[in-house]
Amino acid sequence: MSFDAYVCENGHVTYPGHTLCPDCGEKQTETLDLSDRIGEVVTWTHSTKTPPGVRAPNTLAIVEFDLSAEGLADEYVRAIGQVTTDEVETGDPVEPVYAAELRDPDVGIRVPESQGWDGYRFDPV
Amino acid sequence: MTVAVIGASMTTFGQREEWIRELVAQAGEAALEDAGVEPDDVEHLYVSNMASGEFEGQTGIMNVLAHDLGLMPAYSERVDQTSSSGGAGIYEAWQSVASGASDVTLLVGGEKMTHRSTAESTDIIASITHPDEYKHGLTLPSFAGLTARHYLERFDAPRESLAKVAVKNHGNGVDNPHAQFQTEIDVETALDSPIVADPLRLYDFCPITDGSAGLVFTTEEKAEAITDNYAVVSGVAGATDTHVVHERDDPTVMGGVVESADRAYEMAGLGPEDVDVAELHDMFTILEFLQMEGCGFAEHGEAWKQMEEGRTEKDGELPINTSGGLKSKGHPLGASGVAQGYEIYKQLVGEAGPRQVEADTGLACNVGGFGNCVITTVMEAR
Repeated sequence: MSFDAYVCENGHVTYPGHTLCPDCGEKQTETLDLSDRIGEVVTWTHSTKTPPGVRAPNTLAIVEFDLSAEGLADEYVRAIGQVTTDEVETGDPVEPVYAAELRDPDVGIRVPESQGWDGYRFDPV
Repeated sequence: MTVAVIGASMTTFGQREEWIRELVAQAGEAALEDAGVEPDDVEHLYVSNMASGEFEGQTGIMNVLAHDLGLMPAYSERVDQTSSSGGAGIYEAWQSVASGASDVTLLVGGEKMTHRSTAESTDIIASITHPDEYKHGLTLPSFAGLTARHYLERFDAPRESLAKVAVKNHGNGVDNPHAQFQTEIDVETALDSPIVADPLRLYDFCPITDGSAGLVFTTEEKAEAITDNYAVVSGVAGATDTHVVHERDDPTVMGGVVESADRAYEMAGLGPEDVDVAELHDMFTILEFLQMEGCGFAEHGEAWKQMEEGRTEKDGELPINTSGGLKSKGHPLGASGVAQGYEIYKQLVGEAGPRQVEADTGLACNVGGFGNCVITTVMEAR
Protein backbone atom coordinates (compact mmCIF):
# COMPACT_ATOMS: atom_id res chain seq x y z
CA MET A 1 0.00 0.00 0.00
CA SER A 2 1.23 3.48 -0.81
CA PHE A 3 -0.18 6.98 -0.30
CA ASP A 4 0.19 8.31 -3.80
CA ALA A 5 0.19 11.89 -4.99
CA TYR A 6 0.24 12.28 -8.77
CA VAL A 7 2.74 14.23 -10.84
CA CYS A 8 2.34 15.49 -14.40
CA GLU A 9 5.20 15.99 -16.84
CA ASN A 10 5.36 19.69 -15.92
CA GLY A 11 5.92 18.87 -12.24
CA HIS A 12 2.47 19.80 -10.90
CA VAL A 13 1.42 17.58 -8.00
CA THR A 14 -2.08 16.66 -6.83
CA TYR A 15 -3.62 14.39 -4.24
CA PRO A 16 -5.76 12.58 -5.28
CA GLY A 17 -4.94 12.11 -8.96
CA HIS A 18 -6.96 13.35 -11.91
CA THR A 19 -7.33 12.26 -15.52
CA LEU A 20 -5.57 15.44 -16.67
CA CYS A 21 -3.49 17.85 -14.58
CA PRO A 22 -5.79 20.65 -13.29
CA ASP A 23 -2.97 23.18 -13.71
CA CYS A 24 -1.78 22.48 -17.26
CA GLY A 25 -3.98 19.78 -18.82
CA GLU A 26 -1.14 17.30 -19.35
CA LYS A 27 -1.41 13.67 -18.29
CA GLN A 28 -0.23 12.74 -14.82
CA THR A 29 2.58 10.27 -15.50
CA GLU A 30 4.26 9.61 -12.15
CA THR A 31 3.38 9.05 -8.51
CA LEU A 32 4.97 10.32 -5.34
CA ASP A 33 4.47 8.20 -2.22
CA LEU A 34 3.61 10.31 0.82
CA SER A 35 3.36 7.40 3.29
CA ASP A 36 6.88 7.81 4.72
CA ARG A 37 6.81 11.60 4.92
CA ILE A 38 5.97 13.96 7.76
CA GLY A 39 3.25 16.53 7.01
CA GLU A 40 1.99 19.56 8.90
CA VAL A 41 -1.61 20.19 10.00
CA VAL A 42 -3.07 23.21 8.17
CA THR A 43 -6.46 23.02 9.90
CA TRP A 44 -8.61 20.44 11.67
CA THR A 45 -12.09 19.76 13.06
CA HIS A 46 -14.00 17.38 15.31
CA SER A 47 -16.99 16.30 13.22
CA THR A 48 -19.69 15.04 15.59
CA LYS A 49 -22.80 14.64 13.37
CA THR A 50 -21.38 11.89 11.23
CA PRO A 51 -23.16 9.84 8.53
CA PRO A 52 -23.94 6.11 8.86
CA GLY A 53 -20.82 3.98 9.20
CA VAL A 54 -18.53 6.84 10.25
CA ARG A 55 -16.92 7.05 13.72
CA ALA A 56 -18.04 9.88 16.01
CA PRO A 57 -16.42 12.16 16.74
CA ASN A 58 -14.52 12.03 13.47
CA THR A 59 -11.41 14.19 13.82
CA LEU A 60 -10.26 15.34 10.41
CA ALA A 61 -7.34 17.41 9.18
CA ILE A 62 -5.94 19.03 6.06
CA VAL A 63 -2.22 18.22 6.01
CA GLU A 64 0.50 19.84 3.92
CA PHE A 65 3.55 17.92 2.70
CA ASP A 66 6.62 20.00 1.85
CA LEU A 67 7.99 19.14 -1.61
CA SER A 68 10.43 22.04 -1.92
CA ALA A 69 13.43 19.66 -2.06
CA GLU A 70 11.95 17.63 -4.94
CA GLY A 71 12.74 20.03 -7.78
CA LEU A 72 9.12 19.98 -8.94
CA ALA A 73 6.97 22.90 -10.09
CA ASP A 74 4.80 22.63 -6.95
CA GLU A 75 6.41 23.34 -3.57
CA TYR A 76 3.85 21.36 -1.58
CA VAL A 77 0.87 19.05 -1.86
CA ARG A 78 -2.03 18.79 0.57
CA ALA A 79 -4.15 15.83 1.62
CA ILE A 80 -7.22 15.42 3.80
CA GLY A 81 -8.16 12.63 6.13
CA GLN A 82 -8.93 11.24 9.55
CA VAL A 83 -6.64 11.86 12.53
CA THR A 84 -5.74 8.94 14.82
CA THR A 85 -6.52 10.96 17.98
CA ASP A 86 -8.87 13.77 19.00
CA GLU A 87 -5.87 15.72 20.34
CA VAL A 88 -4.44 17.69 17.46
CA GLU A 89 -3.52 21.33 16.81
CA THR A 90 -2.77 23.46 13.79
CA GLY A 91 0.94 23.23 12.92
CA ASP A 92 1.38 19.75 14.45
CA PRO A 93 3.69 17.41 12.54
CA VAL A 94 1.88 14.19 11.60
CA GLU A 95 2.75 10.94 9.86
CA PRO A 96 0.43 8.78 7.73
CA VAL A 97 -0.69 5.50 9.29
CA TYR A 98 -2.45 2.85 7.23
CA ALA A 99 -6.03 1.82 8.10
CA ALA A 100 -7.70 -1.11 6.33
CA GLU A 101 -11.22 0.34 6.62
CA LEU A 102 -11.86 4.02 7.30
CA ARG A 103 -15.66 3.68 7.52
CA ASP A 104 -18.20 0.87 7.18
CA PRO A 105 -18.78 0.59 3.42
CA ASP A 106 -22.05 -1.31 3.79
CA VAL A 107 -24.30 1.27 5.47
CA GLY A 108 -23.75 4.50 3.49
CA ILE A 109 -25.41 5.66 0.28
CA ARG A 110 -22.43 4.91 -1.96
CA VAL A 111 -22.19 1.49 -3.64
CA PRO A 112 -19.41 -0.32 -1.71
CA GLU A 113 -17.80 -1.79 -4.85
CA SER A 114 -17.52 1.64 -6.50
CA GLN A 115 -14.48 2.77 -4.52
CA GLY A 116 -11.79 1.81 -2.01
CA TRP A 117 -12.29 2.12 1.75
CA ASP A 118 -8.75 1.77 3.07
CA GLY A 119 -6.31 4.65 3.35
CA TYR A 120 -4.13 6.69 5.65
CA ARG A 121 -4.93 8.43 8.91
CA PHE A 122 -2.69 11.15 10.29
CA ASP A 123 -0.88 10.42 13.54
CA PRO A 124 0.74 13.29 15.49
CA VAL A 125 4.49 12.69 15.72
CA MET B 1 -32.55 40.63 -25.13
CA THR B 2 -33.24 41.88 -21.60
CA VAL B 3 -34.91 39.28 -19.38
CA ALA B 4 -37.49 40.31 -16.78
CA VAL B 5 -38.84 38.60 -13.67
CA ILE B 6 -42.59 39.20 -13.38
CA GLY B 7 -43.67 36.90 -10.58
CA ALA B 8 -42.40 34.92 -7.60
CA SER B 9 -43.62 32.53 -4.94
CA MET B 10 -42.43 30.41 -2.09
CA THR B 11 -44.10 27.85 0.14
CA THR B 12 -43.60 27.82 3.85
CA PHE B 13 -40.19 26.30 4.53
CA GLY B 14 -39.80 23.80 7.34
CA GLN B 15 -41.03 20.35 8.20
CA ARG B 16 -43.87 19.81 5.73
CA GLU B 17 -46.32 16.94 5.35
CA GLU B 18 -46.38 17.21 1.56
CA TRP B 19 -44.02 15.25 -0.69
CA ILE B 20 -41.92 16.73 -3.50
CA ARG B 21 -44.67 16.57 -6.12
CA GLU B 22 -47.08 18.63 -4.04
CA LEU B 23 -44.45 21.11 -2.86
CA VAL B 24 -43.31 22.06 -6.37
CA ALA B 25 -46.91 22.19 -7.59
CA GLN B 26 -47.81 24.66 -4.82
CA ALA B 27 -44.92 26.98 -5.65
CA GLY B 28 -45.43 26.63 -9.41
CA GLU B 29 -49.12 27.45 -9.30
CA ALA B 30 -48.53 30.40 -6.97
CA ALA B 31 -45.73 31.81 -9.16
CA LEU B 32 -47.95 31.74 -12.27
CA GLU B 33 -50.73 33.43 -10.32
CA ASP B 34 -48.36 36.10 -8.98
CA ALA B 35 -47.10 36.78 -12.52
CA GLY B 36 -50.59 36.84 -14.00
CA VAL B 37 -49.79 34.32 -16.73
CA GLU B 38 -51.68 31.20 -17.74
CA PRO B 39 -50.24 27.66 -17.89
CA ASP B 40 -50.66 27.75 -21.68
CA ASP B 41 -48.27 30.73 -21.86
CA VAL B 42 -45.34 28.75 -20.41
CA GLU B 43 -42.91 27.62 -23.11
CA HIS B 44 -40.04 26.38 -20.91
CA LEU B 45 -40.18 24.82 -17.45
CA TYR B 46 -37.08 24.28 -15.28
CA VAL B 47 -37.26 22.39 -12.01
CA SER B 48 -34.26 22.86 -9.70
CA ASN B 49 -33.81 19.82 -7.50
CA MET B 50 -30.76 18.03 -6.18
CA ALA B 51 -31.88 14.63 -5.06
CA SER B 52 -35.59 13.77 -5.13
CA GLY B 53 -34.59 10.30 -6.32
CA GLU B 54 -32.26 9.74 -3.37
CA PHE B 55 -34.52 11.38 -0.78
CA GLU B 56 -37.89 10.08 -1.90
CA GLY B 57 -37.60 7.75 -4.89
CA GLN B 58 -39.33 10.22 -7.22
CA THR B 59 -37.31 11.01 -10.33
CA GLY B 60 -38.25 12.94 -13.48
CA ILE B 61 -39.72 15.70 -11.34
CA MET B 62 -39.89 18.20 -14.25
CA ASN B 63 -42.35 15.99 -16.09
CA VAL B 64 -44.37 15.44 -12.91
CA LEU B 65 -44.78 19.20 -12.49
CA ALA B 66 -45.44 19.90 -16.19
CA HIS B 67 -48.41 17.54 -16.08
CA ASP B 68 -49.74 18.68 -12.70
CA LEU B 69 -49.81 22.31 -13.89
CA GLY B 70 -50.97 21.43 -17.41
CA LEU B 71 -47.92 22.94 -19.11
CA MET B 72 -47.74 20.42 -21.98
CA PRO B 73 -46.20 20.65 -24.55
CA ALA B 74 -43.73 23.07 -22.90
CA TYR B 75 -40.07 22.04 -22.89
CA SER B 76 -39.17 20.77 -19.42
CA GLU B 77 -35.89 19.98 -17.70
CA ARG B 78 -34.61 19.16 -14.22
CA VAL B 79 -31.64 21.27 -13.13
CA ASP B 80 -29.21 19.66 -10.67
CA GLN B 81 -26.19 21.60 -9.49
CA THR B 82 -26.41 20.27 -5.91
CA SER B 83 -27.01 23.16 -3.46
CA SER B 84 -26.82 25.71 -6.27
CA SER B 85 -29.47 24.02 -8.40
CA GLY B 86 -31.78 26.99 -7.81
CA GLY B 87 -29.22 29.53 -9.00
CA ALA B 88 -28.43 27.29 -11.95
CA GLY B 89 -32.16 27.28 -12.69
CA ILE B 90 -32.12 31.10 -12.78
CA TYR B 91 -29.20 30.89 -15.22
CA GLU B 92 -31.03 28.40 -17.47
CA ALA B 93 -34.30 30.32 -17.30
CA TRP B 94 -32.44 33.51 -18.22
CA GLN B 95 -30.74 31.70 -21.14
CA SER B 96 -34.05 30.36 -22.41
CA VAL B 97 -35.59 33.83 -22.67
CA ALA B 98 -32.43 35.73 -23.67
CA SER B 99 -31.82 33.32 -26.54
CA GLY B 100 -35.36 33.71 -27.85
CA ALA B 101 -36.10 30.01 -27.29
CA SER B 102 -38.89 30.82 -24.81
CA ASP B 103 -41.13 33.84 -24.31
CA VAL B 104 -42.35 32.77 -20.88
CA THR B 105 -40.31 30.47 -18.61
CA LEU B 106 -41.36 29.04 -15.25
CA LEU B 107 -38.65 28.07 -12.77
CA VAL B 108 -39.53 26.06 -9.69
CA GLY B 109 -37.02 24.80 -7.12
CA GLY B 110 -37.91 22.26 -4.48
CA GLU B 111 -36.63 19.61 -2.09
CA LYS B 112 -38.26 17.23 0.40
CA MET B 113 -35.73 16.21 3.07
CA THR B 114 -37.09 16.05 6.62
CA HIS B 115 -38.50 12.51 6.40
CA ARG B 116 -34.87 11.34 6.45
CA SER B 117 -32.79 11.25 9.65
CA THR B 118 -30.04 13.86 10.05
CA ALA B 119 -27.44 11.12 9.47
CA GLU B 120 -29.16 9.96 6.25
CA SER B 121 -29.57 13.51 4.92
CA THR B 122 -25.93 14.26 5.75
CA ASP B 123 -24.88 11.14 3.84
CA ILE B 124 -27.02 11.97 0.79
CA ILE B 125 -25.47 15.44 0.65
CA ALA B 126 -21.96 14.08 1.36
CA SER B 127 -22.34 11.80 -1.66
CA ILE B 128 -21.21 14.77 -3.77
CA THR B 129 -17.67 14.28 -2.41
CA HIS B 130 -14.69 12.61 -4.08
CA PRO B 131 -14.22 8.92 -3.12
CA ASP B 132 -11.03 9.84 -1.25
CA GLU B 133 -13.04 12.35 0.80
CA TYR B 134 -16.11 10.15 1.22
CA LYS B 135 -14.15 7.19 2.63
CA HIS B 136 -12.82 9.40 5.45
CA GLY B 137 -16.37 10.45 6.37
CA LEU B 138 -16.03 14.04 5.15
CA THR B 139 -19.34 15.91 5.26
CA LEU B 140 -20.30 19.43 4.23
CA PRO B 141 -20.40 20.57 7.89
CA SER B 142 -16.88 19.15 8.41
CA PHE B 143 -15.55 21.20 5.47
CA ALA B 144 -17.12 24.23 7.14
CA GLY B 145 -15.39 23.43 10.45
CA LEU B 146 -12.00 23.04 8.74
CA THR B 147 -12.46 26.31 6.87
CA ALA B 148 -13.78 28.27 9.85
CA ARG B 149 -10.83 27.28 12.04
CA HIS B 150 -8.36 28.32 9.35
CA TYR B 151 -10.17 31.65 8.83
CA LEU B 152 -10.37 32.51 12.55
CA GLU B 153 -6.73 31.55 13.21
CA ARG B 154 -5.29 33.25 10.16
CA PHE B 155 -7.22 36.52 10.34
CA ASP B 156 -7.40 36.68 14.13
CA ALA B 157 -11.17 37.01 13.90
CA PRO B 158 -13.20 36.56 17.11
CA ARG B 159 -15.39 33.43 17.36
CA GLU B 160 -18.27 35.75 18.31
CA SER B 161 -18.26 37.27 14.81
CA LEU B 162 -19.61 33.99 13.39
CA ALA B 163 -22.25 33.81 16.11
CA LYS B 164 -23.30 37.34 15.13
CA VAL B 165 -24.07 36.11 11.60
CA ALA B 166 -26.49 33.59 13.10
CA VAL B 167 -28.01 36.19 15.43
CA LYS B 168 -28.52 38.66 12.54
CA ASN B 169 -30.08 36.11 10.21
CA HIS B 170 -32.36 34.67 12.89
CA GLY B 171 -33.43 38.24 13.66
CA ASN B 172 -34.31 38.82 10.01
CA GLY B 173 -36.20 35.52 9.86
CA VAL B 174 -38.64 36.78 12.50
CA ASP B 175 -40.20 38.98 9.80
CA ASN B 176 -40.40 36.17 7.23
CA PRO B 177 -43.67 34.23 7.50
CA HIS B 178 -42.22 31.52 5.24
CA ALA B 179 -39.12 30.92 7.38
CA GLN B 180 -38.51 27.63 9.20
CA PHE B 181 -37.38 29.54 12.31
CA GLN B 182 -39.02 32.83 13.26
CA THR B 183 -37.33 33.29 16.61
CA GLU B 184 -34.50 35.53 17.70
CA ILE B 185 -31.42 34.06 19.32
CA ASP B 186 -28.54 35.72 21.18
CA VAL B 187 -24.78 35.30 20.89
CA GLU B 188 -24.59 33.24 24.09
CA THR B 189 -27.16 30.73 22.81
CA ALA B 190 -25.16 30.29 19.61
CA LEU B 191 -21.84 29.93 21.44
CA ASP B 192 -23.26 27.48 24.00
CA SER B 193 -24.95 25.18 21.47
CA PRO B 194 -23.57 21.68 20.83
CA ILE B 195 -20.44 21.23 18.69
CA VAL B 196 -21.14 19.96 15.17
CA ALA B 197 -17.75 20.56 13.54
CA ASP B 198 -15.41 22.33 15.95
CA PRO B 199 -15.14 25.39 16.11
CA LEU B 200 -18.65 25.50 14.61
CA ARG B 201 -21.72 24.72 16.68
CA LEU B 202 -25.35 23.91 15.99
CA TYR B 203 -26.36 27.54 15.43
CA ASP B 204 -23.65 27.98 12.80
CA PHE B 205 -25.58 25.58 10.54
CA CYS B 206 -28.76 25.81 8.51
CA PRO B 207 -31.47 23.26 9.28
CA ILE B 208 -32.76 20.39 7.12
CA THR B 209 -35.84 21.66 5.32
CA ASP B 210 -38.76 20.91 3.00
CA GLY B 211 -39.97 23.62 0.67
CA SER B 212 -40.30 25.07 -2.77
CA ALA B 213 -40.07 28.44 -4.54
CA GLY B 214 -40.88 29.74 -8.02
CA LEU B 215 -40.00 32.55 -10.43
CA VAL B 216 -41.51 33.57 -13.77
CA PHE B 217 -39.29 35.03 -16.51
CA THR B 218 -40.20 36.78 -19.75
CA THR B 219 -38.81 39.37 -22.15
CA GLU B 220 -38.77 42.96 -20.92
CA GLU B 221 -41.04 43.84 -23.84
CA LYS B 222 -43.67 41.35 -22.68
CA ALA B 223 -43.16 42.33 -19.05
CA GLU B 224 -44.01 45.96 -19.86
CA ALA B 225 -47.26 44.80 -21.45
CA ILE B 226 -48.21 42.68 -18.42
CA THR B 227 -47.17 44.85 -15.46
CA ASP B 228 -45.54 48.12 -14.51
CA ASN B 229 -43.81 46.49 -11.55
CA TYR B 230 -41.09 44.05 -12.49
CA ALA B 231 -37.35 43.48 -12.14
CA VAL B 232 -34.71 42.58 -14.71
CA VAL B 233 -31.84 40.11 -14.56
CA SER B 234 -28.98 42.42 -15.47
CA GLY B 235 -26.18 39.98 -14.75
CA VAL B 236 -25.96 36.25 -14.15
CA ALA B 237 -22.94 33.95 -14.28
CA GLY B 238 -21.78 30.62 -12.94
CA ALA B 239 -18.35 29.19 -12.23
CA THR B 240 -16.80 25.97 -10.97
CA ASP B 241 -14.02 25.42 -8.44
CA THR B 242 -12.16 22.18 -7.60
CA HIS B 243 -14.22 19.11 -6.69
CA VAL B 244 -11.64 18.08 -4.08
CA VAL B 245 -11.88 20.86 -1.51
CA HIS B 246 -8.35 20.66 -0.03
CA GLU B 247 -6.76 21.16 -3.48
CA ARG B 248 -7.61 24.88 -3.44
CA ASP B 249 -4.55 27.05 -2.89
CA ASP B 250 -6.29 29.21 -0.29
CA PRO B 251 -8.92 27.48 1.88
CA THR B 252 -10.52 30.87 2.64
CA VAL B 253 -11.21 31.80 -0.99
CA MET B 254 -14.09 30.30 -2.96
CA GLY B 255 -12.93 30.72 -6.54
CA GLY B 256 -16.41 30.05 -7.92
CA VAL B 257 -17.80 32.95 -5.88
CA VAL B 258 -15.10 35.34 -7.09
CA GLU B 259 -15.39 34.30 -10.75
CA SER B 260 -19.18 34.22 -10.95
CA ALA B 261 -19.55 37.54 -9.11
CA ASP B 262 -16.92 39.23 -11.31
CA ARG B 263 -18.67 38.05 -14.46
CA ALA B 264 -22.15 38.91 -13.23
CA TYR B 265 -20.98 42.44 -12.33
CA GLU B 266 -19.30 42.81 -15.72
CA MET B 267 -22.45 41.72 -17.55
CA ALA B 268 -24.56 44.14 -15.51
CA GLY B 269 -22.07 46.98 -15.87
CA LEU B 270 -22.16 47.32 -12.08
CA GLY B 271 -19.86 46.70 -9.15
CA PRO B 272 -20.20 45.67 -5.51
CA GLU B 273 -20.62 49.33 -4.50
CA ASP B 274 -23.88 49.43 -6.50
CA VAL B 275 -25.54 46.57 -4.60
CA ASP B 276 -28.27 47.69 -2.16
CA VAL B 277 -29.32 44.28 -0.80
CA ALA B 278 -27.85 40.78 -1.03
CA GLU B 279 -28.85 37.21 -0.35
CA LEU B 280 -25.80 35.05 0.40
CA HIS B 281 -25.67 31.27 0.81
CA ASP B 282 -25.20 31.05 4.60
CA MET B 283 -25.52 27.26 4.77
CA PHE B 284 -22.81 27.73 7.43
CA THR B 285 -22.08 31.09 9.10
CA ILE B 286 -18.50 31.09 7.79
CA LEU B 287 -19.84 31.03 4.20
CA GLU B 288 -21.40 34.48 4.66
CA PHE B 289 -17.88 35.87 5.28
CA LEU B 290 -16.34 34.03 2.33
CA GLN B 291 -19.07 35.31 0.00
CA MET B 292 -18.95 38.88 1.34
CA GLU B 293 -15.26 38.82 0.43
CA GLY B 294 -15.69 36.95 -2.86
CA CYS B 295 -18.48 39.29 -4.00
CA GLY B 296 -16.36 42.35 -3.20
CA PHE B 297 -18.33 43.60 -0.18
CA ALA B 298 -15.26 43.23 2.06
CA GLU B 299 -11.50 42.83 1.70
CA HIS B 300 -10.08 39.32 2.06
CA GLY B 301 -10.00 38.37 5.73
CA GLU B 302 -12.00 41.39 6.87
CA ALA B 303 -15.68 40.52 6.44
CA TRP B 304 -15.93 39.69 10.16
CA LYS B 305 -15.24 43.34 11.02
CA GLN B 306 -18.54 44.34 9.42
CA MET B 307 -20.37 42.24 12.02
CA GLU B 308 -18.93 44.51 14.70
CA GLU B 309 -20.02 47.60 12.73
CA GLY B 310 -23.52 46.33 11.88
CA ARG B 311 -23.05 47.17 8.21
CA THR B 312 -24.98 44.09 7.04
CA GLU B 313 -27.93 44.46 9.42
CA LYS B 314 -31.35 45.20 7.89
CA ASP B 315 -30.94 48.89 8.73
CA GLY B 316 -27.26 48.92 7.77
CA GLU B 317 -25.52 50.17 4.66
CA LEU B 318 -25.70 46.76 2.92
CA PRO B 319 -28.42 44.49 4.30
CA ILE B 320 -27.46 40.84 3.82
CA ASN B 321 -29.99 38.01 4.06
CA THR B 322 -33.09 40.07 4.84
CA SER B 323 -35.04 36.84 4.28
CA GLY B 324 -33.31 35.26 7.26
CA GLY B 325 -30.93 33.44 4.93
CA LEU B 326 -30.60 29.70 4.75
CA LYS B 327 -29.76 29.91 8.46
CA SER B 328 -33.27 30.73 9.66
CA LYS B 329 -35.39 30.42 6.52
CA GLY B 330 -34.14 26.86 5.95
CA HIS B 331 -32.31 25.14 3.11
CA PRO B 332 -34.39 22.85 0.92
CA LEU B 333 -31.44 22.27 -1.42
CA GLY B 334 -32.92 22.81 -4.89
CA ALA B 335 -35.29 25.52 -3.67
CA SER B 336 -32.72 27.74 -1.96
CA GLY B 337 -31.33 29.57 -4.99
CA VAL B 338 -34.84 30.22 -6.27
CA ALA B 339 -35.89 31.48 -2.84
CA GLN B 340 -32.91 33.86 -2.88
CA GLY B 341 -34.28 35.15 -6.20
CA TYR B 342 -37.73 35.44 -4.59
CA GLU B 343 -36.38 37.67 -1.81
CA ILE B 344 -34.38 39.91 -4.14
CA TYR B 345 -37.35 40.24 -6.52
CA LYS B 346 -39.72 41.12 -3.66
CA GLN B 347 -37.25 43.69 -2.34
CA LEU B 348 -36.87 45.29 -5.79
CA VAL B 349 -40.61 45.50 -6.53
CA GLY B 350 -41.36 46.76 -3.02
CA GLU B 351 -43.35 43.74 -1.84
CA ALA B 352 -41.09 42.53 0.99
CA GLY B 353 -43.47 43.69 3.73
CA PRO B 354 -41.81 44.09 7.14
CA ARG B 355 -38.47 43.04 5.60
CA GLN B 356 -38.54 45.85 3.03
CA VAL B 357 -35.36 47.86 2.56
CA GLU B 358 -34.60 50.60 0.06
CA ALA B 359 -33.15 48.80 -2.95
CA ASP B 360 -32.77 49.30 -6.69
CA THR B 361 -30.10 46.66 -7.20
CA GLY B 362 -29.89 43.26 -5.55
CA LEU B 363 -27.46 40.33 -5.66
CA ALA B 364 -27.96 36.64 -4.95
CA CYS B 365 -25.03 34.22 -4.54
CA ASN B 366 -25.96 30.54 -4.55
CA VAL B 367 -23.23 28.06 -3.59
CA GLY B 368 -23.21 24.39 -4.59
CA GLY B 369 -21.21 21.78 -2.72
CA PHE B 370 -18.56 23.51 -0.65
CA GLY B 371 -18.06 26.23 -3.25
CA ASN B 372 -17.75 23.60 -6.00
CA CYS B 373 -20.25 25.37 -8.27
CA VAL B 374 -21.52 28.92 -7.76
CA ILE B 375 -24.10 31.10 -9.50
CA THR B 376 -24.27 34.84 -8.90
CA THR B 377 -27.26 36.85 -10.11
CA VAL B 378 -27.64 40.64 -10.20
CA MET B 379 -31.18 42.01 -10.52
CA GLU B 380 -32.38 45.59 -10.91
CA ALA B 381 -35.71 47.29 -10.29
CA ARG B 382 -37.49 48.87 -13.23
